[in-house]
Parts: sequence; C-alpha cells; structure tokens
Amino acid sequence: MQFLGISVIFVIYLSCVSGLYFHIAETERKCFIEEIPDETMVIGNYKVQLYDPRTGGFMPSSPGIGMHVEVKDPDDKVVLSRVYSSEGRFTFTSHTPGEHIICLYSNSTKWFSGTQLRVHLDIHVGEQTMDYAGIAQKEKLTELQLRVRQLLAQVDQINKEQNYQRIREERFRQTSESTNQRVLWWSLTQTAILLVMGAWQMRHLKKFFEAKKLV
Amino acid sequence: MNSYQSVISLFFFLLCISVSLSVELTFELPDNARECFYEEIESGTDFTVEFQVVTGGHYDIDFELIAPNKEVLYREVKKQYDSFSKKADVRGVYAACFSNEFSTFSHKLVYVDWQVGTEDPLPGLGEHLTAMTQMESSSHSLHENLNKVVDYQTHHRLRESQGRKRAEDLNERVFLWAVGETIAIIVIGIGQVVILRNFFSEKKPSQMMFS
Repeated sequence: MQFLGISVIFVIYLSCVSGLYFHIAETERKCFIEEIPDETMVIGNYKVQLYDPRTGGFMPSSPGIGMHVEVKDPDDKVVLSRVYSSEGRFTFTSHTPGEHIICLYSNSTKWFSGTQLRVHLDIHVGEQTMDYAGIAQKEKLTELQLRVRQLLAQVDQINKEQNYQRIREERFRQTSESTNQRVLWWSLTQTAILLVMGAWQMRHLKKFFEAKKLV
Repeated sequence: MNSYQSVISLFFFLLCISVSLSVELTFELPDNARECFYEEIESGTDFTVEFQVVTGGHYDIDFELIAPNKEVLYREVKKQYDSFSKKADVRGVYAACFSNEFSTFSHKLVYVDWQVGTEDPLPGLGEHLTAMTQMESSSHSLHENLNKVVDYQTHHRLRESQGRKRAEDLNERVFLWAVGETIAIIVIGIGQVVILRNFFSEKKPSQMMFS
C-alpha cells in the first residue's frame, strides 16, 4: 500500500517534466549546445512520446522507445553516452570550460524516417540544478538560511562565468593577433614572390629569345 | 504512515514545481529548415520568448509566435535579436517557430529562452501569510538582481561568441586565401612562360624565313 502510494507520487513527478517540447523524426538526431564554465553541473529532464496514428495524437506514455543521450565536451571527447528509457534524466559535470554538445536520438533500428516523436526537454545549468527542497529538509534550514544558500550558489556561478569570460576574451584576442600577423606575412611574401617571378620570367625569356636569335 | 506519505508527496510536489519554468536552448538550424518549439501555457500566465542568432550568414532569422487557435501573435522577418512578452489569453499550446528557409547555404546557431510565469518562491518561503521582514525582502531583491546579472552575462557571452566565431572564420579564410593566391601566382607565372615558348617553338620553315 505504501509502495503503491510512493510509486503513484513518483509517476506524478515524472509526468510533470513536460515543459517545452518539439518534434523529431524517429531516426533524426537533435543536438543542443551548452556553453558552460568548468565544474558546472547540468541536469536534463526529458520525456519522449510516440505518434499514435489511430488517434492522430501522441500516446501519453510509450515504454518501448529508448533515448540515446550523448554529451561531448569542447575537445570532442564523449563525456556521457547512454541509452535511457522513454522518460528520464541525465546529469553531467563539465571539467573543461567551453561548448558542450548534448545530442538526443532514439534507439530505433529503422533505416529511414519512421514515425514522429514528441520530445519534452528541460535543461538546467549550474545554480538551477540545486534541489532546495531536499537541502532544506536534510539540513533543517530556515527560509532565510535557504535563501542565503541560494544567493551563495548564484554568486559562485557568476564568478565561474566571469572567469570563463576572461579565458574566452584571451582566445579572441589571440585569434585577432594571429590574423594580423598572417595578413602582414602574406603581403610581404606575396610582394617578394611577385618580384622574384617577374625577374625569373624576364631572364628566362631573354635567354630563350637569344637562343632563338630573335633578339 | 499517513504523515510520512504526505511529507513525501509534498517533497515530490515541490520538486516538480522547481523543475519546469524557464528553458534556454541553443540549437543549430540548417539551411532551408524550420523548427518549432511548443509549450502548454495556462491562461492568465505571462510568458516571454527571447532569441538571438549566434553564428551563420547575416545573423538573421524569421520568427513566429503562434497561439493555440493558430493565430499568429507575432511575426518578425530577418531579425538578429528579439524579445516578445505576452499574457496568455487562452489556455493551450503556444508555438515559437524559427525559419531559415530564405537562406540557401548558411546554417544558423540560435539561442532561445522561453520563460513561463514568474519564478516560484523557495520551498517554505511561499507559505508566509505575514509580511516579509526587512532581511527577507532585501535578500529577495538581492536574488532578483543576481538573476539580472546572470541574464546580462548570458547576453554578453552570446555577443562575444558571435564576434569570436567571426574572427576565427576570418583567420582561417586569410590563411586559405594567402596559400591559394601564392600557388596561383606561381602556376600562372610558369604557365605564361611555357605558353610563350610554345608560340616560338613551331618549326615551320616559312616562319623561320620570315623572321
């Protein structure tokens, strides 16, 4: 009885994950980019529904499909690659700052399009991943203490983002300086090559015409 | 057993509330493609959709917001950045559609932020029937200001990303142009000489006598 109660509540929790949703084909791969600083936790909640041709709508729950979630870090290394059920959550923590690519595709074995899928998705980054209700209950914090905890987490996240901003600006500056150098080298080299080419052409043709007794 | 179950249900319920309100996504829109995002909104709720094109072509995209009765609430053509707020009149599924159909070969990277309703108060804070103390109200305003800081940081990051990707593109193009042009000059220079030699190398007796 207690187990039934808790499982009903758990199902209610899972069913409330629907926020934003979009449609993809069964074999299509959909990717999202998250540009985050390092040591930042990302939590994604999703739910997949299969198109039901009988009703023309989407089935409320489709236990047969699985969803493959793949996360790549800025160096193109795979951080997370797992197949989850039709409804679930995935979590990862970044260890390098940069663009992480989160790709979702169903584990369907079809070769071409197949049916449509409705994917509900919710992604939380950094401070938004904190579970305030759980923390309040576990550590028995008052409301004010909980609010201070939230402010601390936010400021920490802002700090990390500012640090990452410094790294990005440095990269941008290096790229611009490299472009500047390349343009300079290119103009010098090209002038030199044109002069050498011209001189070689004249010398070669003069020798050629002298040999032909035309000059 | 009853109180334990009610505590667990309250816990999961509050966890549920904390999960759904604002979603930010950055996705790639291929050329000639159209992508829509849907959200079920209750009537009377304020919502805001904001988007920014990060890379691609002329940094512009078509945007449409469609109400549940298929009426187009807002349409903008070739915009780089825009923000649209509305109070939902009817309950239903609202769609925000992005279209890159006018572009033939540049795919665009688009950032979209959809906020529905106002942020829920922290667990426990919402149950106040009395007015907030000064400490609570100043911590609340601190939280709102920090939210704004995070928002500004996000926009700054997107703008910087736009500039940086353009600079990296330029860098690569300059390199390829320099190498390509050097090869072209050398090939043309040698080719000219070879062709000219060819004109004078035909061993026809008439020509030799003429010269």
